[in-house]
Amino acid sequence: MSDIQIVGAPAGVEGAGFFATSLDKAVGLARANSLWPLPFATSCCGIEFMATMASHYDLSRFGAERLSFSPRQADLLMVMGTIAKKMGPVLRQVYLQMAEPRWVMAVGACASSGGIFDTYSVLQGIDEVIPVDVYVPGCPPRPEAIIDGFMGIQELVKTETLRRRNEPQYQQLLASYGIQ
Amino acid sequence: MGKITNEELLKSLNSKFEGAITVVGEPFGLLTLETGREHIIAVLSFLKTDPALQFIYLTDITAIHYPEQEKQIGVIYHLHSLVNNVRVRIKVFLADNDVHIPTASTVWDGANWMERETYDFFGVIFDGHPDLRRILNVDDMTAFPMRKEFPLEDPNRVDKKDYFFGR
Repeated sequence: MSDIQIVGAPAGVEGAGFFATSLDKAVGLARANSLWPLPFATSCCGIEFMATMASHYDLSRFGAERLSFSPRQADLLMVMGTIAKKMGPVLRQVYLQMAEPRWVMAVGACASSGGIFDTYSVLQGIDEVIPVDVYVPGCPPRPEAIIDGFMGIQELVKTETLRRRNEPQYQQLLASYGIQ
Repeated sequence: MGKITNEELLKSLNSKFEGAITVVGEPFGLLTLETGREHIIAVLSFLKTDPALQFIYLTDITAIHYPEQEKQIGVIYHLHSLVNNVRVRIKVFLADNDVHIPTASTVWDGANWMERETYDFFGVIFDGHPDLRRILNVDDMTAFPMRKEFPLEDPNRVDKKDYFFGR
């Protein structure tokens, strides 16, 4: 017996020699298990991410084998660490360069809320400049927490409808951040 | 201890700048002087070029804000004589509504970024500086964050609001 685990089939109609499901679910399944993360690591949460990516915790098990250091090919922006106000426009630029569909994960207290750095020079959470899908608490979060957040992203990806990115609510969300 | 004592240093300065320099103290053996902005460049140049003193190294320029004082903003120069192994600290206090001081970048090129930083955080205007703009903070910042009248905390912070804690 092979111990390789394969992701389960989505809900659908099964019969002799055929399996039918909706395109949403099939696309979601494929996307969720081949996310290309862009690590935007600025401080200690980035160190935890290195552990997450390394063999012991091995984020590749979830289909995130390939880190994309180009935003053009990335699906998931993982912001790990304190984002100074001067870094804000850079982060926003990286987000704008990513192609739809794109997801954002704020890892750690600093990326989520500014953390202990309640001060004039630090962005009080990256959701001041870009929309965020999943927040991971911790200072820094353990690799298990980062993996849990990643699985949260996977769940969002799986259940997202293909039309979501064209909906007026989504356009409104982007418009509230000044992204057309 | 260094090759020249604080007394010798003070004597040398007083012979050149009689009445323009006052001694603030000598904490931990570090001679601390105060002078006015009309003398500061002459004092720095003298300390640097005097063949006996040779304070050739400008360690730092920074500032301090005492809101309760009449002259609120202090600009502080740290000098080091690498030759004699002696340090000296020079303070110049400026009134809040007139924070102008001549630039020391005419004496040391290294003063350029130090003065930009001091401008960035305290709003001290160094007259004659070649490129006086913010160096560390975002360009569109309107405050001088190290001055006491500006709050340290970011006003956009939401998770510390009182109603989250039943206050």
